Amino acid sequence: MTPALDPRDRGGPGQPLVSVRGLVKHFPIKKGLGRARAVVQAVDGIDFDILKGETLGVVGESGCGKSTTARLLMGLIPHDRGDLLFDGEAIGGRDLPLRDFRRQAQMVFQDSYSSLNPRMTIEASISFGPRVHGTPARRAIEEARALLARVGLEPARFAGRYPHELSGGQRQRVNIARALALNPRLVVLDEAVSALDKSVEAQVLNLLLDLKEEFGLTYLFISHDLNVVRFICDRVAVMYLGRVVEIGPAEAVLGAPAHPYTAALLASMPSLDPDRRTEEPPLAGDPPNPIDPPSGCRFHPRCAWGEPVCAKEDPALADIGPHHAVACLARQPGAAHSRAPLLEREAA
Amino acid sequence: MSPETEPLVKVENLAVAFRGGVRAVDGVDLTVRRGEVVALIGESGSGKSVTLRAIMRLNPERTSRVEGRIRVAGQDVMALPKRALADFRGRTVAMIFQEPLLALDPVYTLGRQIAEAVRRHEGVSEAEARARALAMFERVRIPSPERRLDAYPHEMSGGMRQRAMIALALACRPQLLLADEPTTALDATVQIQILLLLRELQRELGLSAIFVTHDLGAAVEVADRIAVMYAGRIVEEGSARQVVLSPQHPYTVGLLKSRADGALAKGARLVTIPGSPPDLARRPPGCAFAPRCPLADEACRRDPPVVSPAPGHRAACWRVPGADAAEPAQRADAA
Ligand SMILES: Nc1ncnc2c1ncn2[C@@H]1O[C@H](COP(=O)(O)OP(=O)(O)O)[C@@H](O)[C@H]1O
Ligand SMILES: Nc1ncnc2c1ncn2[C@@H]1O[C@H](COP(=O)(O)OP(=O)(O)O)[C@@H](O)[C@H]1O
Ligand SMILES: [Mg+2]
Ligand SMILES: [Mg+2]
Repeated sequence: MTPALDPRDRGGPGQPLVSVRGLVKHFPIKKGLGRARAVVQAVDGIDFDILKGETLGVVGESGCGKSTTARLLMGLIPHDRGDLLFDGEAIGGRDLPLRDFRRQAQMVFQDSYSSLNPRMTIEASISFGPRVHGTPARRAIEEARALLARVGLEPARFAGRYPHELSGGQRQRVNIARALALNPRLVVLDEAVSALDKSVEAQVLNLLLDLKEEFGLTYLFISHDLNVVRFICDRVAVMYLGRVVEIGPAEAVLGAPAHPYTAALLASMPSLDPDRRTEEPPLAGDPPNPIDPPSGCRFHPRCAWGEPVCAKEDPALADIGPHHAVACLARQPGAAHSRAPLLEREAA
Repeated sequence: MSPETEPLVKVENLAVAFRGGVRAVDGVDLTVRRGEVVALIGESGSGKSVTLRAIMRLNPERTSRVEGRIRVAGQDVMALPKRALADFRGRTVAMIFQEPLLALDPVYTLGRQIAEAVRRHEGVSEAEARARALAMFERVRIPSPERRLDAYPHEMSGGMRQRAMIALALACRPQLLLADEPTTALDATVQIQILLLLRELQRELGLSAIFVTHDLGAAVEVADRIAVMYAGRIVEEGSARQVVLSPQHPYTVGLLKSRADGALAKGARLVTIPGSPPDLARRPPGCAFAPRCPLADEACRRDPPVVSPAPGHRAACWRVPGADAAEPAQRADAA
C-alpha cells in the first residue's frame, strides 16, 4: 500500500500514524454569577492509536469530547496532559514542529462554511494553503483546479464561484479539496457528512473512500451516525463523558458490542422495519454534563447493569478480544460485579 | 361522508409560489384521517416546511401565493377570517419545531407560557390554567414538573426543552399536530425517547399528526403512512410498510438503496442517486426527478400519471407498471 512508499514515512507500516496517550483537556468555566469556578472535563485521560491507512471512527453523544479530541490532535488547542505522537514523533516537539505537522494533517468540519473565506473564490481558497507553504501561485491554482475536478466539481464552472453560490454538498466537496491541497497523510473529518442530505451524503462517502485509496490517506472519522461509521470505518472508538469506553474493529464493536453504553447507542438507532418498531427507549434522559461527572464508572447512573460497585470503581480500558478493549466492570475478570467473568486462576 | 369518517385533513392541489418565481410546493394532495400519523419525508428544499406552514397559513402573506384547497376539521383554512384563524392555531392545530427556542419565549417561565396559551384559548381561571400546565408537564414526563414549570427555556437541556415545547403545543388539546423535524437536532439516544413519547401521546389523545422529517428511520418509528416529497410534489405515498418494503418511485427506491446500513462488504461503494435536486425556479417539464433517474425516457418529459399499485399506495411515475393506462395527474399549473 502507498503509505509504506511515502517518503515522509518514519516508522514503517507497523508504527501507528497517530498515538494518543493519557490525553487530558479540562476547560475552566465560570459557573453562575460569583460562584466558584468549575472545570469541564471535556477529555479526561484517553488512549488510542490510528494505524497507517485505516479509518478510525469516533462515536458518542454530543458533549462527550469528540471535537475536543480532534482539535487537540490537530494542535488547534493545547492539551493539559498526555502525549500526542505522529508517526512516532511528538506533535509540536523538536522533531515535528506544528508547522511541519500541519502540512501532514488536515481537518474537515460539519459546517461547510466555517473553513471557507466568504470573500475568496473556491480556487483561491483551495490554493491558499499551498501558497502559504511556498508553492508558486500559478502552480497552486493549477493544482486547485485538478483537485476540484477530482472531487467532482467541474473547474470551468466552479473555480470562480464563491462559497454562498454552492449547495452544502458542493461546499463540502470544496472543503475536502482544500484539505487535500497540502497532500496530507491524515485527514480528520469531524461530522463532515452530518449536515448533508442522505443522497448527497452517500456521494460524499463514496468520494472519501476513493480519495483514501488514491492518496493513501488515513482518516479519523467523527460521526454520530452509527450506520455511516459501520460503513466507512475499520475500527471504532466509543466515547462517553471524556473517556473512551470501548474500542475495536468496527464489526466487533458495532456487531457485538461489549460495553452496555455501546449497546444502548446501537439500540437507539431508529428501526427501518415497520413491523419491528422500537418499544422502549434504551436510555433515559439527556447526555450528562461533563462538569460533574459521576463517580466510579461515568455511565453507571444510566446503565442497565449498574451495581453499587460501579459507583465506586473507575474501570480501565482492558482487552477482551483481539484488538478489542472495553472499560466496564461487568467485563473485567475478577471485578466485584455480578456479571464479571472469573479470573482464570479462580476458574481453574 | 359523516363527520367521523371524513378525514381530518384534506389538502388538494396545494401550490405555494414565492416572489422571485420559486414554486416551492407544486400540486400537493394529502389526506390525514382521524388518529393517523402521516410522515412527510424528503430532502432539504423539497417543500416540506412550506406545506406544513400552508396548513396553518403561516407562509408570509405579502411574498407568497397559495392556491388549492385545505380543509382541516371541517374548516376551509384558506377562507378563515383573522379572528377564526387565531383560534384555529393552537386549538385545532398546533406545531412543533426542530428548534424549541423558536417556539418558546425566552423571557417567560415555561409554566407561564403554557398557562397563558390555555387562558387565551379557553378563558379558564389562572389556577385552572396552571393546573393544566402541570398536567402537561407530567404527561410529557418532565422530571420534577412542579419545579420545572418555573424554569426559563434556556435553563433546560435540549431533550427537556423539546418536551416542554410538546407540552405547550398540546396544552389546548388540538386535533392536529404538525411536527417539523422535531428530533433532527437531537442525539440518537434522546431522539428515540422523543419519538416514542410522540407516538404514545398521539395514541392516547387520538391526535392526527403530520410529521416532517428527512430521516426515513424516524418516519418509520412514528408514522402509519409515509409521503415522499421531491421538488415540491409528493412522488409516492403509502403505508409505512408499502413505502419501505415495496417502494415504487425510482426516487424512493434510490433513497432506500443509498443508505449506509445495508450489509455491505468492506470497501464496497454505496449505490447513489447522481446529481442534486432541481432549482425550483427552473423546474424541468414533466417529472422533476427525470434528470437523475436511471429509468427516465422520453415519456418522462410529460407530467407523470398517478399509479396505484395497491390499495392506499400511489406513485407519480411513468415507469411504474400500469402507468400507461393511467390518467395524467391533475396539476396546479395545468388547471
Ligand atoms: N472552549 C471551550 N470552553 C468550555 N467548554 C468547552 C469548550 N469546548 C468544548 N467544551 C465543552 O467540552 C465538552 C466536550 O465538547 P466537544 O468536544 O465539542 O463534544 P462533542 O464534539 O463530542 O459534541 C462539552 O461539554 C463542551 O461544552
Ligand atoms: N419565505 C420564503 N420565501 C422565499 N422562499 C422560500 C420561503 N420559504 C421557503 N422558501 C423556499 O421554498 C423551498 C422549499 O422550502 P422548505 O419547505 O423549507 O423545504 P424543506 O423541505 O427543507 O422543509 C426552498 O427552495 C426554500 O428556499
Ligand atoms: Mg462535536
Ligand atoms: Mg424544513
